[in-house]
Amino acid sequence: MRRRSFIDVFFGGSLLATAAAFLYPVLRYILPTKALASSQKSVTAAKVGELPPNAAKIFKFGAKPAVLVNTAEGRLIALAATCTHLTCTVRYEADSGTLFCPCHNGRFDLSGAVLSGPPPAPLETYGVLVAGEEIVVARKS
Amino acid sequence: MKRPTFASLFVIGFLGLPAAGLAQGNSCLDCHKELDGALQAAAVAFAQDVHGQFGLSCRDCHGGNPATDDVDKAKDKSFKGAPKRERIPEFCGGCHADAAKMRGFNPSLRVDQLDQYWTSRHGQRLKAGDAKVAVCTDCHGAHGVQTARFPKSMTFPWNIPQTCGRCHADKALMASYLLPAGQLEDYRASVHARALFDKKDLSAPACNDCHGNHGAYPPEVGSVSGVCRQCHPSAGELFAKSPHKKAFVEIEAGECGACHGNHKIEAPTNALIGSTAGSACIQCHEAGSKAWTTAAELRSLLEEFESGTASAEVALDAADRKGVEVSEARFKLQDVHTILVSAKNLTHGLDLAEIRKAIVDGENALAEVEAAGQKALAEARFRRRGLVVATICLALLAAALALKIRRLKEKRMAS
Amino acid sequence: MAKNIGRALFKFFDERFLLSGLGAFAGKKTVPEHQHSFWYFFGGISLFLVGLQVATGLLLLLHYIPSIDGAHESIRVIMSQVKFGWLIRSVHSWSANILIGVLFVHMFSTFFLKAYRKPRELTWMTGFLLLVLFMAFGFSGYLLPWNELSYFATRVGTDIAGSLPLIGGWLKEVILGGPDISQATLSRFFWFHVAVLPVVALGVIGIHILLVQTLGMSKPIGVRETREIPFFPDFIYKDALGWILVLILIGVVCVLLPWEVGTKADPLAPTPLGIKPEWYFTFMFTTLKLIPAHVLSIEGEQLAILGFLAGGLFWFLVPFLDRRAAREKRSPAFTWIGLFVAAYIVVLTVITYTVPGL
Repeated sequence: MRRRSFIDVFFGGSLLATAAAFLYPVLRYILPTKALASSQKSVTAAKVGELPPNAAKIFKFGAKPAVLVNTAEGRLIALAATCTHLTCTVRYEADSGTLFCPCHNGRFDLSGAVLSGPPPAPLETYGVLVAGEEIVVARKS
Repeated sequence: MKRPTFASLFVIGFLGLPAAGLAQGNSCLDCHKELDGALQAAAVAFAQDVHGQFGLSCRDCHGGNPATDDVDKAKDKSFKGAPKRERIPEFCGGCHADAAKMRGFNPSLRVDQLDQYWTSRHGQRLKAGDAKVAVCTDCHGAHGVQTARFPKSMTFPWNIPQTCGRCHADKALMASYLLPAGQLEDYRASVHARALFDKKDLSAPACNDCHGNHGAYPPEVGSVSGVCRQCHPSAGELFAKSPHKKAFVEIEAGECGACHGNHKIEAPTNALIGSTAGSACIQCHEAGSKAWTTAAELRSLLEEFESGTASAEVALDAADRKGVEVSEARFKLQDVHTILVSAKNLTHGLDLAEIRKAIVDGENALAEVEAAGQKALAEARFRRRGLVVATICLALLAAALALKIRRLKEKRMAS
Repeated sequence: MAKNIGRALFKFFDERFLLSGLGAFAGKKTVPEHQHSFWYFFGGISLFLVGLQVATGLLLLLHYIPSIDGAHESIRVIMSQVKFGWLIRSVHSWSANILIGVLFVHMFSTFFLKAYRKPRELTWMTGFLLLVLFMAFGFSGYLLPWNELSYFATRVGTDIAGSLPLIGGWLKEVILGGPDISQATLSRFFWFHVAVLPVVALGVIGIHILLVQTLGMSKPIGVRETREIPFFPDFIYKDALGWILVLILIGVVCVLLPWEVGTKADPLAPTPLGIKPEWYFTFMFTTLKLIPAHVLSIEGEQLAILGFLAGGLFWFLVPFLDRRAAREKRSPAFTWIGLFVAAYIVVLTVITYTVPGL
């Protein structure tokens, strides 16, 4: 009967080990993760009122940066923020009300059109929707 | 014997026109389509011609009477025939330099092409009696003229290098003017040609964007930089503030071209800076001088940063291949890329403090990406270790089960 | 002491659940053992994989967001940020595909062994129904990550339904919840995938297993072997061994090739080249592509769809059509039909992935 008890212990032990190997990932999966809260709604660019007039903010749209501009007149405009020249990230210049690429001084207006500098193509523009407290940016349909 | 020129063929063709019985329409085209060679080609090509699309026909340039099918009557007093080569600019300019006439067709079209042409090297030589230089038809064609907006046109951006190259890449022809003939080949190796031909970026410069078109003239050494600044203003601004500006003016080295060359402008790499072969700095700076050491330092700063960026990307790719999601880190890498490109551009200004600051910023951002990449790789290792552990557990369980099954069998056999 | 408590507990439940009756049934139940009994394993493996689907599916529900703005992002979050999210999702996706493959093997082994013959007609029919249900699971689940491939595959799939005669347009609109793929479609597919199908499938699985348990395993025609092994624990242990091996396989593929997230669906993007449905639909999909536009003045595509419907009906009713097998006689005609169907499915699936342009 010694063999029998050995097999049973062996069986029970490996069953427990396997169960632990399965329960651990499941538990970790269920327990809340810190990083989650921040990155979930990447299409929500900003909160209403977050941007003063004549200011802008870079946000993540898909895998690429985009820029949300609140114009001096209070209009909300969203554009792709990667310069069409060498894919640097553009920034908003409040003085001129234009988007400026620091790498080679490319300049775009708020419709995405190239004003000066080397960019060969305009910036893609996105649709902006104010949904309650949130400013939602979506690809144009 | 001299080979008959295009113009003389044209005239002979007209004289020998068969008196075909044609009632109405354009008898020029009707007859010419029946002819051979260049005389026929002119009539066929005209179907695609922009002038035809504006309602113009043969007589508007050549005169004559297309209403009659009698060759002699068609060639009435108004018939001008084909212009001699040296008369072509004025022939075309008869309309194109006349704002009143052009207004009827395309009011926004410029009318200064002829004036510009006379200022060009081509125009000047033509005036001096050299009929071999380019006239309107050499670049625009004669009877198949198309606007520069039409992709098959000789003047469409990506056809321009070939159009100019027809003469300027002809070694024998250029030798007679003591001109080099390698520009087309050089241009084809340039970053501009890559943008134009490979990326189909129509805003990339072709010959005319730097040399002008109707007023084509080799730019003076001093004015080249003005040409480059049309598209690269930031490099120009930085350069103007740099100590190089004054020095280059003094030695008459030009600006951009001194380091980047002219037709064969390659995408600049870090190798262009530094103290080793291939660097532009060592053209002027002697080994061991302060500038020479600075150049070497700048080179190593940029190279270190760039290779760090590249290796971070490699790490992200590796993690990606192992199935770990790294889009967040790639997003950060984009920032690093921005800093790298602008730091490289800052070298035009030669403000070392500014460049160092940009690179320090970049390296801080890079450290984050590298950390994310290492974390992703660690995650990939963790997954594989976890797999090994779980598989061992499962294998043990399987072995235990197999033993149990065997024992059951033995027991059954025994009973 | 512990034994006494255990005995008391057992007694308590025994009086209410008739456990000893079940135990007696299980103790008496035997499974025939012969040269073909290897194929019995595939039913058990299917059941195990369904369990895995339920477990991982329940876990995925915790983080998945069924909205066209959030679905793709939530899958990305599951794959990148939720601890072991990549594992749960990869197991769900991989084992779903393995499940369909195992179901096909289970079905064809049953077919070739003629296990559908009297009195197991209903077992066969519920089994066939389960295959259809799990293909519906696959079709509805494929769209949920809202990525480019799944979006366009769904579009192609529903267009096929839309080309059915008479009811096509109506059917497509019912499936999509509107004229085109939209939030309504995603909601609908989600509802179908996590609520309707599980309930229906669990019910049918219950009937299927009940039938298998009460009727026992079929012995192929002409097998004289009378050896039998107890269902419990011998057969269960052997089944469990198979499950463990399958688990090891799933673990390896999930760690080395986690299921991809893909790029987010963009309804305005041009349809990518070579768009294909999930592999288990490709034999039908490729047939539709290859059939001529018109066969004897009937539209080819409609003919093919009707053909598949008729074929499905035939397959469903096979127990009643195979009269020879019902009388325990060999029925080579049906074996040939089965071989043809299997070959057709394999060949069309293979050419879908190997012939360029398909």
